[in-house]
Amino acid sequence: MKEYWQEIRALTMRWVLRLSREKFSMLFTLVQPMLFWLIFFGNLFQRAADMQVTQASSYISFLTAGVVVMTVLNNGLAGGVDLLFDKENGFLERLMSTPIHRTSVILSRFIFVTTITSLQVLVILAVAWLFGVQPVTGLLGVATILFIGMMFGVGLTAISMAMAFSVKSHGDFFSVLGFLSLPMIFLSSALVPLAAMPGWMGFLAQFNPMTWAIDAVRPLILQGWTEALPHVGMVIAVMVLFDALCLYGGARAFRRAIG
Amino acid sequence: MSRPVAIEVSHLGKTYEKVRAVDDLSFQVYAGEIFGLLGPNGAGKSTTLRILITLLHPTSGSATIFGMDSVKDADRVRQTIGYVPQERAIDRFLTGREHLELLANLYHLSADEASARIPQLLKLVELEQQADRPAKTYSGGMKRKLDIACGLLPDPKVLFLDEPTLGLDVQSRLRIWDHVRAMRERGITVVMTTNYLDEADQLCDRIAIIDGGRIKALGAPAELKVGLGGDLVSLTVREHDRVEMLADAVKNLPAIRAVTTTKTGLDIRVDSPEKALPAILEAANRLTCQLEFIDYHRPRLDDVFIAHTGRSIKDDVQQESQG
Repeated sequence: MKEYWQEIRALTMRWVLRLSREKFSMLFTLVQPMLFWLIFFGNLFQRAADMQVTQASSYISFLTAGVVVMTVLNNGLAGGVDLLFDKENGFLERLMSTPIHRTSVILSRFIFVTTITSLQVLVILAVAWLFGVQPVTGLLGVATILFIGMMFGVGLTAISMAMAFSVKSHGDFFSVLGFLSLPMIFLSSALVPLAAMPGWMGFLAQFNPMTWAIDAVRPLILQGWTEALPHVGMVIAVMVLFDALCLYGGARAFRRAIG
Repeated sequence: MSRPVAIEVSHLGKTYEKVRAVDDLSFQVYAGEIFGLLGPNGAGKSTTLRILITLLHPTSGSATIFGMDSVKDADRVRQTIGYVPQERAIDRFLTGREHLELLANLYHLSADEASARIPQLLKLVELEQQADRPAKTYSGGMKRKLDIACGLLPDPKVLFLDEPTLGLDVQSRLRIWDHVRAMRERGITVVMTTNYLDEADQLCDRIAIIDGGRIKALGAPAELKVGLGGDLVSLTVREHDRVEMLADAVKNLPAIRAVTTTKTGLDIRVDSPEKALPAILEAANRLTCQLEFIDYHRPRLDDVFIAHTGRSIKDDVQQESQG
């Protein structure tokens, strides 16, 4: 057990070191686009969005939950990228030729991605706060938001790692990634509530786990515990199922690739 | 001869999606020797290596390292071996020292052991000056040295090197060879893959020539060369239609061992060149068979390779790198 922690700590620290060396590109690619969505999209659609439809005092306050979950989505789906490069340049083989527990590399990735995502969600919430969006459920609500984000993130990261282990080239990986992320966002309640969507889009959006996450995060920010709790309970159930499926698929892909 | 055996490979087979990458391979590696797996790209040598380092499971047969099975005792095998993958297996963003520190944790060394061993290794591979620079600033040769330091970090009994000098300049190659020889001095058993004949010839104590997933020849380079029997005289004949006639005439001459027809002429194995050469030339003259070129040389590993696989290793390597 002591050895297991030694491995996981060292492998997690490697991701941290890499991040600290690549800080500019990481900062710009991961934090900024999501902030732009919040700031520009949020303010741009202030007058175009009908408050009767969004049921929120401002569009940006409506959008905050969406941007929080989009951050989780992007980070999660990109979570396998570093492993993909490790696989392609042989570094993964080097790691796997050492007497480490087979799950350590993957676990270190989960820990790292979850931590970074949580920090970014906090940044999003802080910026939203500057625009007057204060989560009505307070700090406990923020903690719940982070928890929901983690649950969703674990499944997404597992999908991403499964893809990283299965694809033939990183070109394939990035085209699938690019293909997945936009429909995931538009076919969810991130930008528009389900009720206001064209029927077919609303129908499809119900099956998107992202919708469930957003529908739980949004009342935590806008309405309060009474409205939020049923959704929070629901999303936990949905995410347990989602994560179980993703982890099962991820474990299979990993075993096929590593043996 | 009963030398202690480090690695025992027995009827090893590996099939990928119906392709037999490795087919019924059996060989032993003796403790303390440098053993080379020589073959063109795609011959099965990397697959064999990856089975030995526990990263692949064989489809059939088994491999043991100091008696430990590569599948059943994988974890103990991993504690016993060091591995130097191909060149780019380096994290560009980490420094040389950070690579070693990471691996020290993965081999579960204590902080004291790590801080004693890491400076020693950096000194050994002459990377002390660059130890705290990110690996992306390293030259090819420096990356290779870091690779080797990483492979030596667990203080392994067996070190596996995958194409250790692929793509290196001549000077760096010689340096790496020195390092590999130094490992043998320290009592480490070294198993390496290569598709360079001169590397196999000069560095390895024994080699296995692998082609199409099978062992074609096994032994010390000198042994294999002697085994071919005799020196080689190659003739390039101007009129190709006369080659057969010349071959028939040469076959019956004294001091001739074997005659093979090639695309452009004849390859003749001879026992003593001073007897054979005049006789061959005389026969050619008699048959008015004009010779364009005569080449005579002692057997090289090249010839061993061609004799056992029916083709030159260089052709394959060039095709691979173009494709």
